[in-house]
Amino acid sequence: MNFTTLVFIILSLLTVVSAVMMIASKSPVHSVLWLIVVFFTISGHYIMLNAQFLAIVNIIVYAGAIMVLFLFVVMLMNLNADSEPIKNYRIQLIGIISGGVLLLILLSSVMSIDKSQLVEMKVGDEGLIKSLGMNLFKNYLLPFEISSVLFLSAMIGAVVIGKKDEEAENKKVN
Amino acid sequence: MDIKAYIALSLSLFIIGIIGVLIRRNAIIIFMCIELMLNAVNLLLVAFSKMHALSPVAKASLDYASDAQIFVFFIMVVAAAEVTVGLAIIVMMYRNVHTVDVNFLNRLKN
Repeated sequence: MNFTTLVFIILSLLTVVSAVMMIASKSPVHSVLWLIVVFFTISGHYIMLNAQFLAIVNIIVYAGAIMVLFLFVVMLMNLNADSEPIKNYRIQLIGIISGGVLLLILLSSVMSIDKSQLVEMKVGDEGLIKSLGMNLFKNYLLPFEISSVLFLSAMIGAVVIGKKDEEAENKKVN
Repeated sequence: MDIKAYIALSLSLFIIGIIGVLIRRNAIIIFMCIELMLNAVNLLLVAFSKMHALSPVAKASLDYASDAQIFVFFIMVVAAAEVTVGLAIIVMMYRNVHTVDVNFLNRLKN
């Protein structure tokens, strides 16, 4: 077993265990923190695949921006383990069994394929900023510009949804 | 590294996300499980792009070798926009019914 395989196995175990802890922990704050661990380990996988730009963007956007937003909302609502709604155990058991069966079937069908290919590890420059930037601004300039419009509309949408509905409150008072 | 190892890892993460959606009732946790599923797909896309990089087709046209990673980048962009709107909806729901329990949202049931 060489070094790359060892790192891959350790990172994968860490990812799966943190993901399981994310859905198993009672307190929402703990769930958010475990999900941040998952995102960091996925960034580790990106670095092993030499996708350096995506590794950094994953940390900045997901672990940085999105998870801080989640943490902020959880703390705004003051959620903790006591206020956590719990599904009854029969439905939980059914969910776990059906998910496990799905995993078993998909994994066995993938593993039974005879042909397989190797993945390029640690080398290759298509994941570096230079080649990604050339490709993005040469071949994908229009989707890039459209995504800025998407961001603007998402921002306006979030503000419109999030602001207090004053008409409805006036009706309630009257 | 074999591509099957990456397929197995991404499948496990995706199924853990599905199980989380099925067994939890907190809307925020369900939303986080959706993020986990998106990340599993991202990881698989990057692994496939690095698998493609070893093939002779990719060596012939270097211009498009990083297409899959551009795709992952756009998935992250859309996920960020989706999270802002989704969290705004959850905050509004909390303001109206004072809970994040999805079982309370059954007004359309009867």
